[in-house]
Amino acid sequence: MTVWRLAVREILHRKLSFLMGVISVTTAVACLVGAQTLLRADRVITGHLLEQKQTEVEQSIAAKESVVKQAGADLEDAMRKHMLGLGFNILILPKEQSRSELLLNGMTATMPESYVDKLGQSNIVTVNHLLPSVTRRVLWPEQNREVILIGTRGEVPIQHRALKKPLLEEVAEGKMVIGHEIQKELELKVGDTVTFQKQEFTISAVHPERGSTDDVTIWMNLRQAQELLGMQNLINAILALECDCAGDRISAIRAEIEAILPGTQVIEKYSQALARAEARSKAKESAESALEQEKKSGQATLLREKLGRDQLEQQHTGFAAVLVPLVLAGSAVTIFLLALANARQRTEEIGILRAVGLKSQQIILVFLSKATLIGCAGALLGIGLGFWIGWGLGGLSGTGLAWQQLFATGNLLQTIVAAPVLAIALTGIASWVPALLAAQQDPAVVLQGG
Amino acid sequence: MLLQVNNVSKSYAGAQSSICAVNNVSLQISKGEFVAVQGPSGCGKSTLLLIAGALLKPDSGVVLVDGQDPYALNPDTRAGFRARTIGFVFQQFHLVPYLSVLDNVLAPALAVPGNAAETRDRALQLIERFGLSDRSQHVPAKLSTGERQRAAMARALLNQPKLILADEPTGNLDHQNADALLGYLAEFAIGGGTVLLVTHDDRAVAHAKRVIHLQHGEVAEPIVS
Repeated sequence: MTVWRLAVREILHRKLSFLMGVISVTTAVACLVGAQTLLRADRVITGHLLEQKQTEVEQSIAAKESVVKQAGADLEDAMRKHMLGLGFNILILPKEQSRSELLLNGMTATMPESYVDKLGQSNIVTVNHLLPSVTRRVLWPEQNREVILIGTRGEVPIQHRALKKPLLEEVAEGKMVIGHEIQKELELKVGDTVTFQKQEFTISAVHPERGSTDDVTIWMNLRQAQELLGMQNLINAILALECDCAGDRISAIRAEIEAILPGTQVIEKYSQALARAEARSKAKESAESALEQEKKSGQATLLREKLGRDQLEQQHTGFAAVLVPLVLAGSAVTIFLLALANARQRTEEIGILRAVGLKSQQIILVFLSKATLIGCAGALLGIGLGFWIGWGLGGLSGTGLAWQQLFATGNLLQTIVAAPVLAIALTGIASWVPALLAAQQDPAVVLQGG
Repeated sequence: MLLQVNNVSKSYAGAQSSICAVNNVSLQISKGEFVAVQGPSGCGKSTLLLIAGALLKPDSGVVLVDGQDPYALNPDTRAGFRARTIGFVFQQFHLVPYLSVLDNVLAPALAVPGNAAETRDRALQLIERFGLSDRSQHVPAKLSTGERQRAAMARALLNQPKLILADEPTGNLDHQNADALLGYLAEFAIGGGTVLLVTHDDRAVAHAKRVIHLQHGEVAEPIVS
C-alpha cells in the first residue's frame, strides 16, 4: 500500500471529479499550446507568403527587364536607322577644305584614302562607323544633266572593337544607287542598266524622296568613282556615324580625331543628330525609370503584404496574451474548487486515515499525487488538442503547412516540453490549500460524526 | 499499566454554555486486560475513548499510553505513536470506501515504515483469520456488515498494537457476528493485548474482565465480573 495507490484508487472511485479536473487542465494547456502553435504557424505562413510574393515580384521585374531590354534594343535599332536617314553625324575633312567653299560648291579638297584605314586601326572610342567617300558635282553626259556623284566603299571596320552591324552596305562595282529626283526624271527603276561616262551600271537601289541633295545624287563604288574623277587613292571626306556626341562630346571627338589625323578638321553634320542622340539617351532613361518604378512597386507590394501579415500576427498575439492568462486563471480556480469539493467529500476517509496514523504530510501527498495525475493527463491531452487546433487554424490560410515546419525554429518545442511542468505546477498550486485544509482536519470530529 | 487516565476532563462549547462530556475521570488498565465502559447515551463514553486513543486532547488531566503521554507529542509524532500502539474499531466501521479489504487492512501500514512484503503477508494472514480471504479484493460496499467489521478488526490489528479501543463495535452487528467480534477482542486480550470497549451491549460486558460504568461524564461505580 502506497500513497500513490491510494490516490489512484480514489481517482477510479470518483471519476467525474478527476475528469472535470483533467478537462480544466486540458483546456488551459490546449489554449497555451494552441496559441503558441498558431503564432508559430503565422510566422511560418508569413515567411512562405513573403517568399512567394518575392519570387513573383522578382519574376515580374525580370520580365519587365527583359521587355525594357528588348524595347531598348528596338529603340536603339530604330535610332540607328533614323540617324542614318538624317545623314552623318560628323564629317572629317581635309584641313584646307574651306567651309564656305563646302557650302557653296561642295567638297573640293582631298586627303589620302589611307587616312580612313589609319583611323580604323586606331583606338578611337568616340565614333562607331567610318565611311570614306569622294563627292563631286559632275555632268552625266549621256543624260545631259548634272548630278552629285558620291563614291563610297562602305564601312571601314574599327579594329579594336567587335564588329558592329553595318549601317551602310558597300555599293558593289558596276552597281549604282540613285536619288528620287533622278529616278523620277529619267524614269529608271531597280535593275535598269545605264551608261555613265561610257561605263555601264545597273541600278541596285532607289532612295525615296528626302527633300535634300540626296534626291539628285548617284552613289557608286569608291574605286570606280575615283577612276571616273581621276582621284585614285584620294577621298574628300570620312563620314563618321553614330558618334557618341550627346551633350558636349563633340569637342572630345574633335580632339581625339585630330590627334590621330593631324591634317584634318571635324565638323558636325546636322544638329538633328545631336537631338536624336539626346532623345535616345532620354528613351533609355525612360525605360530605366519604368524598370525602377516596377521595382519600387514590387517592394511596395511586398511591404504591404508584410504589414498585413504583421497586423494579423499582432492581432493573434494580442488575443493570445489576453486569452491564455484568463484560461489559465480560470483553470486554476476550477482546479481549486474541485480540490476543495474533493477535500470536503473525503472528510470521513481523511479522518479515518488520520486516526489510523497517517501524518498530515501524507494526506497532502495524497492530494498532490492526484493533482499531479490530473496535471499529466491534462497536459498530454491539452498538448495534442492545442497543437491540432493551432495547426488546423494556421492551415486555414490555404498555405500547405507541414507540422514539421512549426518546429524548425521558434520556441514551440520548448512550450510543449514546458506545458506538463506548467500543468503540474498549476494543479499543484491550486490543490495546495485544499490539501492543507484536508490535512488539518481533526479526526476526532470526523469519528464523532461531526 | 498500559493505559492510565488521570483526572481527565473534557467539555464542548454549546450554544448557551459548555457541555461537560467527561468530568475528572481516572482509570488504569493493565496489559492484557479487557475493560468495558458502559453507560447511557451521552454519558461521555466515546469522548473518553477518543481521549484515551490520543485523538482528542482533554481540557485537563493526563493520559499515559504505554508510559507515554501522547498529547505531549506534536500531531504527526502522535499520529505515528497512535499507529504503532493503538488499534481502533468503530460502530460505523469507517472503512475507506474505494479501497479493497486488503488495502483497507494495509492502510495503517502507511504510517509505520516497514518491510512491505512482510506487512502484506501479515495483512493476508489477518484477512484469512477473520474469514475474508475470498473477499480481500472487494470494496466495503460489496461486504456484509459483519464482514466490514471483521475487516475493520483486521485493520486495527495490522500494526500489532498494544491497545485496542472499540467504540460500540457490535452496534450494527447481528448476534452471531457480534459474538464473533467479541471473541476476537477477547482473544487479543488473552494474547497479551489490552482492550477498552465502549458499549451498550450487555453481552459484551460478559467478555470483559472489568466494567466501568460512566454516568454524566463521571465514573459511577466499578463492576467486577
